Amino acid sequence: MRRALTIIAALIVLSGGAAVAEPAAAPDQPLADAGQETRAQALFEGIRCVVCQHEAIADSPAGVAADMRRLVREEIAAGRSDTQIRAGLVERYGDYVLFKPPVRIGTWLLWFGPFLLVTAAGLVLLLRGRKGAPAEAAPLSADEERRLAQRLADDDAAS
Amino acid sequence: MIVETGAYLLALALALSLAQAALSAAGRARLSPVLAGAGQGASIGSAVAVFVSFLTLVWAFAASDFSVANVAANSHTDKPMLYKVAAAWGSHEGSLLLWCLVMTGFGAALARARGLPFRLKTSAVAVQGGLSALFLAFAVFTSNPFARLDQVPAQGASLNPLLQDPALALHPPMLYAGYVGFSVCFSLAVAALIEGRANAPFWPAWGRWVRPWALASWALLTVGIALGAFWAYYELGWGGWWFWDPVENASFMPWLAGAALLHSAVVTERRGALAGWTVFLALLAFTFSMLGAFLVRSGVLTSVHAFAVDPERGVMLLAILGLTAGLAFALFAWRSPQLKGGGLFAPVSREGALVLNNLFLTAAAATVLLGTLYPLILEAAAGATISVGPPYFAATFVPLMAAAFLILPAGPLLAWKRADALGAAQRLWVAAAAAVVAGLLAFALFEPKKALSAAGVGLGVWLIVGALVEVSERVRLFRAPVGESLRRAKGLPLAAWGMTLAHAGLGVFVLGAVVETGFKAEAARTIAVGESLSAGPYSARLDAVRIAEGPNYLAEQAILTVTTRDGRAARQVKAERRFFPAGGQTTTEVGLDFRGVDDVYLTLGERRGESARPAWAVRMYFNPWARLIFLGPMLMALGGLLSLLDRRLRLGAGARRRPV
Repeated sequence: MRRALTIIAALIVLSGGAAVAEPAAAPDQPLADAGQETRAQALFEGIRCVVCQHEAIADSPAGVAADMRRLVREEIAAGRSDTQIRAGLVERYGDYVLFKPPVRIGTWLLWFGPFLLVTAAGLVLLLRGRKGAPAEAAPLSADEERRLAQRLADDDAAS
Repeated sequence: MIVETGAYLLALALALSLAQAALSAAGRARLSPVLAGAGQGASIGSAVAVFVSFLTLVWAFAASDFSVANVAANSHTDKPMLYKVAAAWGSHEGSLLLWCLVMTGFGAALARARGLPFRLKTSAVAVQGGLSALFLAFAVFTSNPFARLDQVPAQGASLNPLLQDPALALHPPMLYAGYVGFSVCFSLAVAALIEGRANAPFWPAWGRWVRPWALASWALLTVGIALGAFWAYYELGWGGWWFWDPVENASFMPWLAGAALLHSAVVTERRGALAGWTVFLALLAFTFSMLGAFLVRSGVLTSVHAFAVDPERGVMLLAILGLTAGLAFALFAWRSPQLKGGGLFAPVSREGALVLNNLFLTAAAATVLLGTLYPLILEAAAGATISVGPPYFAATFVPLMAAAFLILPAGPLLAWKRADALGAAQRLWVAAAAAVVAGLLAFALFEPKKALSAAGVGLGVWLIVGALVEVSERVRLFRAPVGESLRRAKGLPLAAWGMTLAHAGLGVFVLGAVVETGFKAEAARTIAVGESLSAGPYSARLDAVRIAEGPNYLAEQAILTVTTRDGRAARQVKAERRFFPAGGQTTTEVGLDFRGVDDVYLTLGERRGESARPAWAVRMYFNPWARLIFLGPMLMALGGLLSLLDRRLRLGAGARRRPV
């Protein structure tokens, strides 16, 4: 009996009855124009689902993500450009909604930090390298020559 | 009773680790081999105690002893045995015990290592004991995995069904072995800062001592990360394998620092140079490991993989991180001015190439750190919320690594001290030609036309052929008789083969990552039985949907037939939506059809349409060359293990230089 109930419960959940937690999202309707749909897909990759942890609306199964996808498709169909659509989303949800952070004073360090680091380190290396070019090694002393020969002979015996 | 033994042994291990730190420190201060030996004994005792304690926890899970809070919260009698056992490290408490197990285990290996000088080894064992004691105290006082419940529940609350997967059962042990293995490098670095002398023959020897630990940790971490990425790929059901998620980044930072450490240690070993830098990287790798543990468990960052989130314990972890890393880097700042010296070298030399490698890898690690922490810092400082995701890393991390990959094949061809750049370039012309041809072919053949992706293909081929050129140079392939080449190949040290394999593996990974990212195709449709959808060169037809019963779940199982678009090469694939009654969760089980190096990836979504004519939302991905993404890291890890087997790297090998 308990088993039968479990199976029934499972069937209800699997058939979409799990709508208790969140209303089931309407199925995605791809745009009729293939070029426009490609644009939509590309946009989805860079837009964050605002209720999810760290997922793009392209990947998220959440209802909100589906709503956002529909919104983006509607805007594309209405003839808006990608830039306009992104700006609209930022106005509505804040910078948080884009996976590509804006470039402004507050994010200069984020955007240019890595390259500054490499450039600065490269400069330091260059300056140092110029100062300390290696001198030719001093010739070995007689004793060192003897020890080297001994060591080489050891190695030959070892291999 | 068995469980109480486990709790007792964990407390005993804490006492033994404290004794290890105290005895070793005293042994070092008084130069007493007896005290130092006692410290080493305590280290081994601590490892044994944690190991048995860990076994009792595994036993409690295997026997479904729900009187233990941890078991009741994370297991269930219906679970298959493998996942009952794996659940032992599936929670915060259990995984912390695993962390301690690896830490004391590596500590015991350090205590038993031969060939290290007395002072350095005793100091390192003392530091390792201190680290172990900190983490064991954290486990004993805040995260006791053996706590009992007053009211014993009849059934457990189960583990997240997403985690019920063989790759994920193995992922934490591998990942932790890597993360925590770096603790030995950390201890050796601190010990070297205490004991090291400038311009002494000390540093080349130290480079050789630290390298095997770095190699082992890095190789294990590589496998751990690859398993995690593979799990995310086929279990989360969104067709991706890496999303620059904060938790993914947390595991990637120690990996990058570890990779830099491996290369830097070579210079220190061979030429006595870059000692300060190698020490810094050894400290950095484990610091990143601890930072990762903090980020993942504290909940300060939002992530799809956030795990065992508990802000209070997060603060404790931050305190441990601040204390250990703070002390270590303060010591570094104080002592590092004395670490100058070692062999001089010209900019164009093996050393010079390895310095560039270090520069790029460290900058890449800094980029990942910046991208991971920046949203947090900006929100705290300016109240502004931003998201840092794949587009940021594509614009910063990827060009840095691409620059590093461009110079990589030249590195091994350059001589130490002063090298002939022109000569290296001449020897690499085959690789350069192959790379250009591959890039042009990719541009001509792959749709849609993407210049950057095609260039990426060229870069992957450059790495692979470059690695092969290097090894064929060494064996004088085609320039000497075949027998001579074979003899030379046999004589090559394992470390050389390891390097070639790891560099070629990196190229294989680059090929996979570039092609998968640039040319994947996706389709999503709601289809009824008999209908089909297409992505890339393949089509999938829905043949049937039935209810299947698993050990602790019920599934709606779709049977699909995957064919090429013109209907050939049919193969059957099953994709499932599983319902776990115990926890009430639903998961997707991806249907994967391996087509050579390509994947056809199918997920079954919700049932739609009227009951008379049901239809299902099916998603299909065509992921070209996806197999290489996981093959590459495996080759890299294998390369690391091969190097580890090289007799020159075995501890104590340097001390016994007599003919064998």
